[in-house]
Parts: sequence; structure tokens; C-alpha cells
Amino acid sequence: MSFKIASSPHQHIQKTTAQLMKLVALAAVPGIAVQAYFFGYGVLIQLLLAIITALLCEAAVLALRGKKVKAKLLDHSALVTALLLAVAIPSYAPWWLVVIGTAFAIIVVKQLYGGLGNNLFNPAMAAYVLLLVSFPLPMTSWLPAAPLQQQSLSPADAVCTIFTNFSCSGYSISQLRQDADGISMATPLDTLKTDLSQGYTTEESMKKPVFGWLSGEGWFWVNLAYLLGGLFLLQQKVIQWRIPVAVLGSLFGFSLIAWLLSPDTNASPLFQLFSGATMLAAFFIATDPVSASTTEKGRLIFGALIGGLAFVIRSYGGYPDAFAFAVMLANMTVPLIDYYTQPRTYGHKSKGAR
Amino acid sequence: MPTLFQQIQAGKVWDFHGGIHPPSRKERTNQKPVALLDIPDRLYIPLRQHIGVAGKVLVKVGDRVLKGQALTQAENAMAVPVHAPTSGMVLAIDLHTSTHPSSLAEPTLVLAPDGMDEWRPRKPLDPEQVDVYTLLERIQESGISGMGGAGFPTHIKVNVKQPVDYLIINAVECEPYITADDMLMQERASDIIAGIEILVKLLSPKAVLIGIEDDKPIAAASLKAAIGQKDNYFVREVPTKYPSGGEKQLIQLLTNKEVPAGRRPLDIGIVMQNVGTAFAIAQAVLDDIPLIHRVVTVAGETLAQQQNVLALIGTPISDLLNACGFQAEPQQRIIIGGPMMGFAIADWSVPVVKTTNCVLAPTENELGAASDEMDCIRCGACADACPASLLPQQLLWYSKAKDQDKLAEYNLSDCIECGACAYVCPSEIPLVHYYRVAKADIRETQREALKAEQAKARFDARTERLEREKQERLERNQQLAAQRVAQQQASGQATQSAAAVQQALERTQQQSGQSLDKEQIIAERERKKAEALAYQQQKQQAQIATPAEDQAPGTAEDPRKAAIAAALARAKAKKQAEAQPEAVEQTAPAEIAPDMDAKKAAVAAAIARAKAKKQAEAQPEAVEQPTPADTAVPEVDAKKAAVAAAIARAKAKKLAEAQPEAVEQSVPAEIAPPEVDAKKAAVAAAIARAKAKKLAEQAEAPLQTEAKATTERALPPERQEPATTPEQDAKKAAIAAAIARAKAKKQQNSEPL
Repeated sequence: MSFKIASSPHQHIQKTTAQLMKLVALAAVPGIAVQAYFFGYGVLIQLLLAIITALLCEAAVLALRGKKVKAKLLDHSALVTALLLAVAIPSYAPWWLVVIGTAFAIIVVKQLYGGLGNNLFNPAMAAYVLLLVSFPLPMTSWLPAAPLQQQSLSPADAVCTIFTNFSCSGYSISQLRQDADGISMATPLDTLKTDLSQGYTTEESMKKPVFGWLSGEGWFWVNLAYLLGGLFLLQQKVIQWRIPVAVLGSLFGFSLIAWLLSPDTNASPLFQLFSGATMLAAFFIATDPVSASTTEKGRLIFGALIGGLAFVIRSYGGYPDAFAFAVMLANMTVPLIDYYTQPRTYGHKSKGAR
Repeated sequence: MPTLFQQIQAGKVWDFHGGIHPPSRKERTNQKPVALLDIPDRLYIPLRQHIGVAGKVLVKVGDRVLKGQALTQAENAMAVPVHAPTSGMVLAIDLHTSTHPSSLAEPTLVLAPDGMDEWRPRKPLDPEQVDVYTLLERIQESGISGMGGAGFPTHIKVNVKQPVDYLIINAVECEPYITADDMLMQERASDIIAGIEILVKLLSPKAVLIGIEDDKPIAAASLKAAIGQKDNYFVREVPTKYPSGGEKQLIQLLTNKEVPAGRRPLDIGIVMQNVGTAFAIAQAVLDDIPLIHRVVTVAGETLAQQQNVLALIGTPISDLLNACGFQAEPQQRIIIGGPMMGFAIADWSVPVVKTTNCVLAPTENELGAASDEMDCIRCGACADACPASLLPQQLLWYSKAKDQDKLAEYNLSDCIECGACAYVCPSEIPLVHYYRVAKADIRETQREALKAEQAKARFDARTERLEREKQERLERNQQLAAQRVAQQQASGQATQSAAAVQQALERTQQQSGQSLDKEQIIAERERKKAEALAYQQQKQQAQIATPAEDQAPGTAEDPRKAAIAAALARAKAKKQAEAQPEAVEQTAPAEIAPDMDAKKAAVAAAIARAKAKKQAEAQPEAVEQPTPADTAVPEVDAKKAAVAAAIARAKAKKLAEAQPEAVEQSVPAEIAPPEVDAKKAAVAAAIARAKAKKLAEQAEAPLQTEAKATTERALPPERQEPATTPEQDAKKAAIAAAIARAKAKKQQNSEPL
């Protein structure tokens, strides 16, 4: 009798890449739901657009590269990329924005670098940066949170706005952003930045309606939802604690120092943690295994770098939110970090500087 | 701060990096007693079951062996014998598939048990009464090698010169499924402790640490009970985590020490033995039972009865499985060892060997076969799991790139192939397999490098040897040359020329110091040549005088004879033609004309014919010219003489081609005196000699043939004479005789040469 030969180990943990990716997507659901509640159903349409684009682009390039299309599509990595980009884009942004961004993320940032596992940059963030630099206006046209909106928007309005730039009632995106006084409302981070640059103190700026409890109206809840999702990922051991802790800790630490030194010109650390894309970035973006550091020490450094860069760009840079840039800059340093943070192998002496 | 020993005494257990928690599935077999199997029909006993070399076979096909009888004998330290697990007959000693991942065939003894299970005489030892060497000898003779996995000969591992701080007994058994050691401890704890006591006698450690995973409470309790109140025996329960049973990991767990890379545990004062080995030692020493059986866990959901069995070494795996109710499924895998580090076998006729602790026959559902390998997403789960703190994802990258330098930098050699990385990999990359291939490549490269190095060393050694031999030859030659000089001087025979040669030799030696032999030979040859030349000249001078005297009494006054001689001389003068053709042609006819009469001419013609004949031997074409002259001989007139002269000329010309110098030397003398007298004849004779000599040199023929030819040359004129001029017989004969004499003499002269 002849038997099948296999190499050891013969036992395998039943947790595949595809399952990991599905868990990531699942963990993002609360955040997306809260986002849809506060910032409109547009996010769901964006999500749909992004996923379709991502799968089509991925399939096309995989076919061109002569890979097993179905097997690779089913690893769900394209799905996660699409999801992360879709939630990062303003809910009512024109449809082509997310299509261009997703196509760029999948084709250029991911597949042209060699496909899953070989991309230097986080595809979603690289695409976000491309869109932000190329199309700054639509990319920053966030609607105020639902309680502040003058017109209530139905799902149909979301479809109309995204595909025609006008809601079904005929309002343009800039009209939708206006408050009762006809003034466009920016995001809390943007508002704060503008006000500080005009000589307002933080406290004065915070009195504006876009701010709510602890941070921006609606944004706090969105961040909280992503934090919950992140904790779920940690609990599921899909991600390790080092990167998110380092990101949040570093952001908190830097903003705490700045806030203690000058509370009038700096936002509070908690405001920083619950504003913008902080929680999404810390748990879902910075933890992208492909573009993050892989060593234990390296993950701490990588996370701290992201948090620090985010603080610096938010406080002193030209863009109100900063995580896309912070993550990309940190991605660039990963090979170096990995090289210099190799763990000490059993039985070997510490390699000194290394 | 308490010392390490104090911490150990206090029960502290450390941790190691990484590790995984695969489902252990030990509960299936760790509550059933170890089953005994029927003696199988055939036992396949590989001659080598350990790391090292096989012993010498002591039995031959057809022999009946008794249970426990040694089948091989250790002839060197790295050898341990194998024993007959039961009594029976040796059927064959042949190649059989090995119980090894490679499945290579290896020399295996096939035993047909006779069912009597008859023991050889046994000689139990009392460890208290015998010395260490007796114990070591018994351990080796009982065929004991490490039973945990590697199979290193135990007698070497426990024969140490360095002090041992800790004897660690590995009872961890961290691989899923396997409960062989667990069951052994549950059933035979006191024997195990007895074995450990023997090890303690051999090693004298500061403490004995028994490491056992905390999922074996019964075994741990049994051991503790067997230890009783012994000092410095510590049973340490370590948390269940794979691979805490790895040697390095267990050392780290129990002592917080790391074995430095490339070193052995002994270098940090630690010796580790498997609990099964301790049991085998106890059996060997106390009961004189060599290593002929072992406990094997037989598990997997394809079996009706998953259990531990006491299997004889050499039992085919098929027997084990069938005894446990094996039902194969399609794509069935059979794994020797655990699911993490065991190897799959294709052929289930392979036997149980000393290191076989488990046979797994899982269903597909139970241990899923590896699915398709996906891309590495650099999640780092492997690095988190690695007990050696390696970076498996980097090693994978460099393994694929075959970058051996980087693999070395990332310490591939420290990989223990535990499989934790591949176990956790979400992309199902067979990491360990990649590393095995890379390690094999590196070994191959190292072998190549070693071979290249050896080849270079060989080449260098050869070059050096050739140079040395050359120098030796040179020195020897110089010595020999010096000896020769000394000998010559000593015997007083050193001639001037020899001295000159010696000087010349020395000069050349100084100049080049090489090709001495050759130059010596050349110089020697030159010297001999010079001697020969001198001798020849002396002889010639002597001969010039002698023939003249000889001929004087019989022929001197005869003008006719003189005329003949003159004719000869003329003919020879023609030889000069090459150098001075005009002069010869002018003089020769003038000389011939005045003295020409019939008889003389006839004689000359006869001589010329004889010579022509001789030449014909060398050059057949030339014969055609002389022939007409021969036929014309009866008509004795001036024309004939002219013809003869012409023939002679032709002959001379031909000769001249070979050696013009000799002719030149003698010819002027001939031409100078126009008068026909005795002197001329003498000169002519000399010329003839020279010519003959020249011919001899040319032909390089043996002297006898030359002599014969000479006689022949002399004879023809006599035979032809009756036809021509009968009345001149006596005179002609005399002339011919003179010529013949001269030629004979000349040949004699050439002999010494």
C-alpha cells in the first residue's frame, strides 16, 4: 500500500488569509454603520463602488499576470483595500473619485509592486493621498454630521448626489454643506485648524456647532465604533497590540505635551484620539501586515512614527487630517526599521546597534 | 537576588519566546494501558538506528538467534549494536526501506521469529557495585541511543569530562497525540527513577530537573511518588506549549539559560536525557534487557483502537496499524512521529526503530492536508511563534531568493524545524520545507567549497612536489658530476680534453644550472668525436705510407698499373665536379689521351663497372648508364675509355653529393702531380679508402654486409677479365688485389669507430 507524502508540519491552524481579511471587514461594520448614520448613506454607495472596482481591477491584473484569479480574489485582500478607501472618502464625493482611487490602489500600488505581500505602501492610503493631492475640493467636502444638516438626505439623495453632483431635490454638494446661515461647514479638525490660524484659541473654536462632546459632532461616535472594531480584532488575534497602542500612545503623548505647554493653541489629547481617522488608522490601516513592520520592536517604532507624524501634520501641516501621509511616510521606513530591529536569535548574543 | 540554583529550588519556571498551542488530542491514548502485541511474522531490524555508524554484523543468514542476542557489534565509539527482539532465525541481511523521511533503502536484518521468545543468558548489574566504565559499556552494549528523536548514542552523551550542573530529564512530550512517554511514566515511574539514578552516578550533577508538561498530572504524580525524599530531584511542570520539549526550549524553561549558538548543552553544564532513555538504561543495567522494544503511540481517527503499544524493534508499521484496526481512506497519510515534526511514509513496510515514538494515521478531516500556498502577507505570525526568535518571513524571502549570505545573517542554522511558523501561517506556506531545502543547498555549497579547497590544496602540494623533485634531481646531478671529476682526478687519467669538458660543464652549470644531463651528454659526444677524428687522422697518415710500401714491390715499376691508378684518380677527380666542374673536365680528357692504350682502358673500364655495380645497389637508375659501357667492353679503344671515364664521373658526382669535404681533401693532391708513379697510386688508394668510409657512413649498414659488398665489388672484374684480355691476368689480378686490400684495410679502420 502506498500513502500520500507531505512535509511536516501536518497540522495547521485553521485561520487563513481569507478568514483574516473577512474578520477585518467584519470588525469595520460598526464603524461603517455609525458613519452611515452620521454622514449619510453615501458611504454605502462608495463602499459598493469601491468593492466592484477593486474586484474588477484585481481580476483583470491577475489574469494579465497569469495568476489563479479565483483563488487570489478569494483572499479578500482587495475587499479590505476597497473598504478602507471607501470609508476614508467623503460620503457624497462624486462616483469617479472612489473609482479612480480604488483602481490606482489595486493596479498601481498593489499589483504593479508584485501583488499581495509585495507592496511597499498601504494601497488605500496611497490612493487616498493621490486623490487628496489631485482633487482637493471633493476630497475635503465632508458633510456636517446629520444633526447639523439642513436638508435630510434619503438613500436616493445619496445616489443622486454621488452620480450627478446634485441631490434629488437639486442641491449641490456645497449647498448641502451649508449651515442655517449659508456658511459651509468644514470638518471639526479643519475648523479648528482654520480658527487657530486666525488667532482664535482652542476654547473659542470649540464652541462652534461642529464640535460635540469631546471631539467633533458625530466623529466621536465614529471613532468609538472603530475602536470597538479594533478591540475585536485584537481579541481575535487578527492584529497584534503593538502597532495600535504605539500609534495612539504616540499621538496622545505628543498632543499631551503640546496641550500642556500651550492649551490655547493645541487640541486636547482626547480630542486628537477621537477626531478624524485616528481609530480607523490605528486599528485598521497601520496594522495592514504587508506594509507594516514585522518585528516586535519594529512595530512599536512604526506605530510611534505614525502617531508622531500624524500629530505634527495635524498641528503644523497643510492638511487637516494626516493619517494617510503619516502612514505612507512610515511605510517607507519599514525596510530600515525591520533591518535594525531583528530580534536576538536564541543562543546568539545581542547584535548591539542592531 | 537569589542565585539561579536557589530560584530553581524554589520552583521557578521560565518561559521561551513564541510557541503555539495546537490541539493536543492526547486524551485519546493517555488513559489506556500500554498494549502488548503478538510477535509479528517478520522483524525488519535496520543495522543502524542511531546517529553514527552501524556495528559489525555478528550473525549470518540461517543462524538461530536468541532474544536479546546482539546482532551487531560496536567496533567504534559512534556505533551501538542492535539486538534480536525475540528468538528466531536470520532470514536475510539485505536492503529494506528505511524509517526515515528519505525512505532510502538501508541494510536491514530480517528475522523470522520462532514464537518461543527464548532469552539469551542475562547478567544484571548492581549499579552500586560496578564502576562507571562497566556501566558505560553496558549502556553501549545494550544498544541505547537517545529515544526522544535524534538517536544520539547515549554512552557518548553521558561519558563526560566536564562538570555537570543539571541533569535534565525530558518528560515534556509536547507534540500533539503522543503519549508514549506519558504512559511509560504512569506505568513504570520507579524504573525511570532507577535509570535516572544510574545517570546521576555517571554524571554527578548538582541537581536533577525533570521537565514535564502540566497536561500530564498522573505521570508527574507517579514520578514524584517514585522520587520520594531524594534530595535535589525536582519535577518541574511547565505550561503546555509547543515546542517546550525541544532541548533548547526546555533548558530555557527550567534554567533560564540559552545554549550558545553552535555549542552543546554540556558547554553550559547541562546534560539532557529523554525519559524513555532513562527507562532503557534501567532495563539494560538492572535486568540486562537491551533496547529491543519501545512504547509507541498509535493514533489517528482511521484506527478503531487508538492506544499505546509495546512494540518490538523491527515490527513493520503495517502490523502496528492493523493491530489497532486500521481503515485506510483515500489519500491516506501515515506519519511517523507527531503531527508537527513527524514525517509521512509512502511504504508501510518500514519498521519501528529505536526513535519511533508515534505512528499517526489521521483522517483528512482530522489533520487537513496542506492546501494551496498563498502569498506571504508579512503578517509576522510566524515570527511571533518562532521559539528561536527568528524572522521566518525574512528567511522565506531569502530562501526563495537562494541568498545564502542573508540566510546566514538571519541565522537559518538556528532553526530547529519545529514547524510552529508553518502551523500559524495564514497563507499556508510550508515554511519548514523551504528551510530544509535551503539548508540542504547550503550544505551542498559548503561541500562544494570544501571540495574546491581540497582540490586546490592537492594542486598546490603537487606543484610543490614537482618543484622539490626537480631540485632534488639537480642536486643529485651536481653531486654525480663532482664525483666523476673527483674519480678522474684520483685515478690520474684526467686528460686535457676531459678537463676541458669538465670546465665547460661547470660553466654551463653556473650559467643555467639546468639541463645538465643533456649538456653533459653533448660535451661527452663532442669529446669522443674529437678523439675519433684525431685517431682517424693518425691512421690515415699511417696508411698513406703503408699501401705505398706494399704496392711498391709488385707494381711500382709497371707503367700500366700506374696508368690504371691514374684512371682511377681521374675518375675520382670527377667527384670534384660539383665544386669545380670546369677544371675537372679540362684536365681529365687531357690526361687520358696520352697514356691510353687498350689494356689499360679495359682494366679501367672493368673497375668502373665494378664500381657502377656497387652504386646500382644504392641507386638503380645509375645502372642504366653503365650497362652500355659493359656491352662495349670487347672493343678496346679510346672511346671505351672515354665511356668508362664518363661512368666514373657520374659515379663520382653522386658520391660527391654525400660528402664533398673528403673529396676535396684528397683531390688536390691527386691533381697536383701529373706524373704517373707509385705515389699517385698510393694517393689513389687513400682516396678509395676515404670514399669507402664515406659510403659506410652513408649507408650505416652493418659492417659485415659492407665487407661482403666489398668482396663482391672486387670479384666482378676477375670474372669479366677472361672475356676481355686473358693475357694480362697476373697483372690485373695484382691490381685488383691491391684495391681489394686497400678497401679491406679501410673497413678495418672504420671498425673502431
